[in-house]
Amino acid sequence: MSNNLALKKGLDVPIKGAAKPEVIKTVSPDIVAVKPTDFHGLVPRLLVKEGDAVKAGSPVMADKQRPEILLTSPVSGTVQQIVRGEKRKLLAVLVKADAKQDYVDFGAKAPASAAETKELLLKSGLWVSLIQRPYGVMASPELTPKAIFVSSFSTAPLAADSEFVLANALKDIQAGIDALAKLAPVHVSVRKGSCFAQVKNATLHEVSGPHPAGNVGVQISHIAPIQKGETVWTISLLLLAALGHVVNTGKLELTRKVAVTGPKAEKTGYVECLPGTPVKAITSVAEGVRVVGGDALSGECLGAEGYLGLFDNQLTLLKEGVEREWFGWAKVFRPSVFSSSWCYFSWLTPKKKYNMDTNLHGGPRAFVETKCFEDVTPMDIFPIYLIKACLAGDIEKMEKFGIYEVLPEDLALCDFVDPSKNEIQAIIQKGIDLMIKEMA
Amino acid sequence: MAEEKKPWWHSTYDAFDTFLRVPGTVTRKGAHVRDGIDLKRVMIMVVVALVPAALFGMYNVGLQTSTVYGLEWGFWQMFFYGLLRMLPLFVVSYAVGLAIEFASAQIRDEEVNEGYLVTGFLIPLIVPVDVPLWMLALAVAFSVLFVKEVFGGTGMNIWNPALVARAFLFFSYPSSMSGSSVWVSKTWVPALKDVDAISAATPLAIAHDGAFDAATGAVGQYSFMDMVWGFIPGSTGETSVIAILLGGILLVWSGVASWKIMVSSVAGGLLVGWLGQLAGATAVPCYYQLVMGGFLFGSIFMATDPVTAAQTETGKWIYGFLVGALAVVVRLWNPGYMEGMMLAILLMNTFAPLIDHCVVSVHTSRRAKKAVNA
Repeated sequence: MSNNLALKKGLDVPIKGAAKPEVIKTVSPDIVAVKPTDFHGLVPRLLVKEGDAVKAGSPVMADKQRPEILLTSPVSGTVQQIVRGEKRKLLAVLVKADAKQDYVDFGAKAPASAAETKELLLKSGLWVSLIQRPYGVMASPELTPKAIFVSSFSTAPLAADSEFVLANALKDIQAGIDALAKLAPVHVSVRKGSCFAQVKNATLHEVSGPHPAGNVGVQISHIAPIQKGETVWTISLLLLAALGHVVNTGKLELTRKVAVTGPKAEKTGYVECLPGTPVKAITSVAEGVRVVGGDALSGECLGAEGYLGLFDNQLTLLKEGVEREWFGWAKVFRPSVFSSSWCYFSWLTPKKKYNMDTNLHGGPRAFVETKCFEDVTPMDIFPIYLIKACLAGDIEKMEKFGIYEVLPEDLALCDFVDPSKNEIQAIIQKGIDLMIKEMA
Repeated sequence: MAEEKKPWWHSTYDAFDTFLRVPGTVTRKGAHVRDGIDLKRVMIMVVVALVPAALFGMYNVGLQTSTVYGLEWGFWQMFFYGLLRMLPLFVVSYAVGLAIEFASAQIRDEEVNEGYLVTGFLIPLIVPVDVPLWMLALAVAFSVLFVKEVFGGTGMNIWNPALVARAFLFFSYPSSMSGSSVWVSKTWVPALKDVDAISAATPLAIAHDGAFDAATGAVGQYSFMDMVWGFIPGSTGETSVIAILLGGILLVWSGVASWKIMVSSVAGGLLVGWLGQLAGATAVPCYYQLVMGGFLFGSIFMATDPVTAAQTETGKWIYGFLVGALAVVVRLWNPGYMEGMMLAILLMNTFAPLIDHCVVSVHTSRRAKKAVNA
């Protein structure tokens, strides 16, 4: 186990519109949504009905198979509407917020044992913030993981700067680590000189390199690769701090600084708000703009009418690239378009940031150039073989080529660089879904 | 809602449409933003890299004709003669190949793939300039249909289609493809209509017959520098080391072709050439193997085709080395064929998946061992 990781492969995608390190506004939304769709592997069962009063921390939904897993409301207020989609699929519970916030008291007490930590996580609704690998699903309460990994920084394009967002939350982060350390050894990876290097009761790893060096999956594959039969859990620093806050104060307080970023953000910066806040309350969205919850590589399309997810502390606003460029590929210079390939001339302007849009920049083709995948995947795997195994649905080969170690987000850059425009993340997700189905 | 029925020629329409304008498709899943690179750009880089060799080749076609038949041509006359001789080859190669590509794309209901842009440019450069056009058309049709389309199009093929077109001609019409009279064009020179073909053997053939002058370093009438510059008979694209290297630099620079394959192929050729010298199979120094025949053109433009070459990085070293080594083995220890590059690359194309399989197996078993020890 090495404590220092210097990763070389990868790519920092140069999008315009990084968030300025300042809080531009604080939003106390009228309506807050609790979305069960944020969690992979959760089948929701409603615990409230329209008109019910809830506190911040009151359960709103539970998992059907494991009813001890709860989703709780981030605000106190009244359940206003239950939003359902096709086949009555539960999409969201909308809570109308009270003027004065009322919190459920979980008891300001550090858990003394693994059982107490588990109970606190389950009761507070923070259990869903634990992601279980392999497969990136919601953690199973009955399992004990080999270790718990936390990445204290993100290298994703325009990601919120965790030092700015959470520097004041060091005490909470420490309390969160102490609580999780009762369950399993905790590993925290930090950047050189990071303020989070002060945390105790965890194994520290100093990680450097371009994206995806900040992805917890990439870090795990170097620190302690996941083998068949092993499970590890991961938690984002943001939700780790929230857990620590519950330990320290007994209150579920999910307010976070959300980075509003992207070339189409009218004003970039940080907005203080709760998860479930309507996108429109956070930022204005012009016509023909895509709002992505998370980063531009593996975030989810929220839409202007959507709500911020529990895991998100970033919104990326991108122009829908429906315009057609004349002779795009045939231009010798194409200064407005970024390419990591040396077939164009972006390498001449390494500092330049680009007004990227959502255009695919080409048509889908069979795999031709495949070395580009290896160049952006700092893991001990052959991405193209894993991808082809997933396409073929060959379980044995997927295992052999490292399906346990990856989530789609770890190969998001393969999506980006592929000249054949294959949907690598979707392919990997399909492979993972097949593994879950077959190995259950 | 019934999907709008597309006209039967929509693949063709789309091909021209997207040739002119970048499609307006936006990302639907996965990464929301994408790199500006696409296969059209990748393929056009290879074509651009081939241009120096093609231009020099055209000049050299005229040069060889005027030298061998004793005509007094100037530079531009030589070049335009070559250009006019080559144009029909390009037209036939692209017309036949693209027609089949478009039709197959239509049948498969896919977009037309750009791969043939490169293949269609390569084929005229690796055949004798006087090859009858109907033969060329037949070879192109065979290779595009049976080497590419039946496997599913560009990206799915096992062998390099341009080389298979050449191999098809080589084995079907040997009298038009080998010997010492096919490499110099005379067909279009009116004054030469009734002149018999003059023997103009390539340096490779001369070396094969043992006519190497150790004192001057010349192979027959051709000096080493003649071969480096390319003032020798041969396929249009293969003669000039300088022009090929220019293209090679562009390919390596842009990252389109693997420098590992190029370097290891050259290393393999040199090693076997040197062993051949030691064993007395040839008197020609090993580095002559690089400048004679199609060795360098093959190493840089044909062996590096990302679809048919090995795909793992370790595999590329092995694959390239074997291409170079086998090519020279065929040259030195084979009474029948003087040139081994085509056969070496096609054979290694066949074995590339096996090489990759071994590399990947070694890697996964190493990983498994590491896991047990961890």
